[in-house]
Amino acid sequence: MRIACIAFILILAFSPADAFEIEAKRSYASVEDGSMLSIISTADVEVFEPIIFEFQKRHPDIAIEYVVASSSEVMRALHDENASYDLGISSAMDLQTKLANDGFTRRYVSDATSLLPDWATWRDRVFAFTQERAVLVISESTFEELPIPSNREDLIELLREYPEIFDGRIGTYDVRTSGTGYLFATQDSRNTESFWRLTEVMGRLNTRLYCCSGAMLADVASGKLAFAYNVLDSYANSKLGDTPGIITVEMDDFVSVMLRTAIIPNTVKNYEAAGTMIDFLSELGNYPELVEQTGLPPVEARDSYESQSVRPIRLGPGLMVFLDKMRKESFLRSWVNSIEQR
Amino acid sequence: MSVLKPTGSIRRRLVIQLAIIAALLSLAFFFTVRFVAEQAATDTQDNILAASATSIADAVYSEGGAVRLELPYSALSMLGTISEDRVFYRVIVDGETLTGYEDLPINEARNASRTPLFETMEYRGDNVRTATVSRTLSVGNQSRTVLVVVGQTRLGLAAISTRITTTATAVGVGFFLFATALSAFAAQNALSPLNKLAESVARRGPNDLRPVVATTPTELVPLVSGLNSFMRRLRDALNRSEDLIAEAAHRIRTPLATVRTQAEVIHRQMERPKNRNSVREMIRAVDESSRSAGQLLDHAMVTFRSDQLETQDIDPKELLHEVVDRLSPTAELKDIQIDLQLPNNDFSISGDPILLQNAARNILDNAIKYSPGETEIVVRLIPSDTCRIDFIDQGRGFADADIRNLTKRFSRGTNVNDIVGSGLGLTIADDVARAHGGKLVIGTNDNGVGACVSLVLPLS
Ligand SMILES: Nc1ncnc2c1ncn2[C@@H]1O[C@H](COP(=O)(O)OP(=O)(O)OP(=O)(O)O)[C@@H](O)[C@H]1O
Ligand SMILES: [Mg+2]
Repeated sequence: MRIACIAFILILAFSPADAFEIEAKRSYASVEDGSMLSIISTADVEVFEPIIFEFQKRHPDIAIEYVVASSSEVMRALHDENASYDLGISSAMDLQTKLANDGFTRRYVSDATSLLPDWATWRDRVFAFTQERAVLVISESTFEELPIPSNREDLIELLREYPEIFDGRIGTYDVRTSGTGYLFATQDSRNTESFWRLTEVMGRLNTRLYCCSGAMLADVASGKLAFAYNVLDSYANSKLGDTPGIITVEMDDFVSVMLRTAIIPNTVKNYEAAGTMIDFLSELGNYPELVEQTGLPPVEARDSYESQSVRPIRLGPGLMVFLDKMRKESFLRSWVNSIEQR
Repeated sequence: MSVLKPTGSIRRRLVIQLAIIAALLSLAFFFTVRFVAEQAATDTQDNILAASATSIADAVYSEGGAVRLELPYSALSMLGTISEDRVFYRVIVDGETLTGYEDLPINEARNASRTPLFETMEYRGDNVRTATVSRTLSVGNQSRTVLVVVGQTRLGLAAISTRITTTATAVGVGFFLFATALSAFAAQNALSPLNKLAESVARRGPNDLRPVVATTPTELVPLVSGLNSFMRRLRDALNRSEDLIAEAAHRIRTPLATVRTQAEVIHRQMERPKNRNSVREMIRAVDESSRSAGQLLDHAMVTFRSDQLETQDIDPKELLHEVVDRLSPTAELKDIQIDLQLPNNDFSISGDPILLQNAARNILDNAIKYSPGETEIVVRLIPSDTCRIDFIDQGRGFADADIRNLTKRFSRGTNVNDIVGSGLGLTIADDVARAHGGKLVIGTNDNGVGACVSLVLPLS
């Protein structure tokens, strides 16, 4: 019965008729015979691949199946549909926290995880391995003549002053579809009064909404967008090299810092390999070339933050507030009202 | 002297009793701390749960005929500040779940009240503590009941409780050890007057029968005054017996001397040989009695002084000079030469001079008594690892007398003929030697006929 059930889930998980949508899927065979580690992740294949290669260099007996899905789809797979994966990696800390809180994750403790700073783990179930900032990505050419805004108030000012430059040329995540976008937007709403005014102003200027950072960055680079608001610096930085014409700007009123986290779902089949991967990710800082290659800033001690305005998002039950269906509903309603003023 | 068998130590009893008290106090401390601390931890969690539930209840509002909730950020985040526990909540309006975990059990029987109700229950595989508050909300012209439950698992609480238990255990054990050490010290301290007293009594010389005057704690006053009165009685008894000995010697010897003088007068006046013989017999008997009385009293004195031997440093050479001087008139009567051979170097022995003189005198007296006239007696002092004094005469020697028996009371040899004696001389000498940790050696003069009696004493 149980086997049948798992088989059924497997069919669900990997058949095109999946209830949850996946964006990409890639398999990495092991060099030696060994076990299979299946990962469901929000990180694009290109971003994560170097990590997989390095990991397999060290653990040649572990084959990896890497499935990419949006954070809400990852949540749906693990929370609602009990899909079987050995590791869930997501940039949506709130959803990962909810998974751990609601009892969908397995506990894991090792030497490596106990070396992580306190704030980088929650209940020995959620493990942060990167800390990524939300930044403003601006098109160099557009801002040639304009002052570069250093905080949200300046930005609002600028938008009000030059509506003709910015009309239709602002990009941000569509928080209805992007988990990361929703996380950043809710944190913004908590951190500053300016958030709603900014959204309002952006709405009036026909802001374009994106599901993902890739397209948004491309549009900034091409000059189609003057700037994109609240983009993960990890993505931007990894693109900076081969994309001329974009600059990242950190706001100095506050910068949200998101932790990319890993969890072991209850449906894990290869617990050991999942633990090995978590250990490897916890020690990401030990591989500087890998950090460079992926653009994923590893978890470091908090003291390294240069200023007060850097606000790391805290793991914990507070993150579940904006997941409350009623709260989410009213937040999205306000947001849509502000951003879509047609 | 019989050895006292101690029946346990006061100090040990004291320490054990105090340690038991300390252990009980430590246990009481441990349980109190744990109880209070756990209560405090539970209260802390309850307070936060109540605050959270209340803030959620406050955030419920009505809008266009519908009940809505703006879940406050702090309502859940505050629960994350004390521990990494799982958090659940549920909001129910008139029995319908508005938001939150729909399967979170709720106590629906309660009346609308803003005082939180706390419960502990099993939920999603964990022990969960919940706080429930309710309020009424008027929507339109209807009044609706809003129930808010906030729950949190108790793992953080368990961790706190473990930590408290560990700390309380450590403190309890530490307190116990410290208190025990202190009580050992206190017992030692409390008993120190007793020890001091015991020491001062034990340190006393054998003849020190003065009352104890050291400062005495109240509890020991009866013991010390009892001891003092006992010592006074003992001192009195000793004084009496000393007096008695002196008195007895005097009382017996004096009349005997008178009898002897009178008998000699009579003897001179007697003409008939038969009568003269009788009187000589009588004089002899008187001599024997007098000798016996003297020796008996000497022996009693020796026994008495040996029991409480009081030693001092003595120069044996000087001692021998005195003894020889004292007896040389007797020796001269028999034309006996006493040759005193002393070493050149000075040394000393520790002992009672009266006893040692008595012993030496008795041995030398024997040598003179049992030697024929015109002979020589050698008294020689040989110091080596002991102090050995030889008395060598050229008399009749011990013949085949049983040498071992000669030191018994009243035992005399078969070789004595008509020589007056009581048989106590060697007994006295032997007792004195033993009392000083030495011995008396009775032997034969190996350069010919005669006896060799040696007094062997340890050096000081
Ligand atoms: N120097 C000696 N030569 C021979 N016999 C001795 C000598 N000294 C002791 N004896 C023998 O040992 C016996 C015991 O001696 P001890 O001095 O005890 O008694 P005593 O001389 O007979 O009596 P007193 O008590 O009056 O001295 C003597 O009776 C004697 O037989
Ligand atoms: Mg004699």
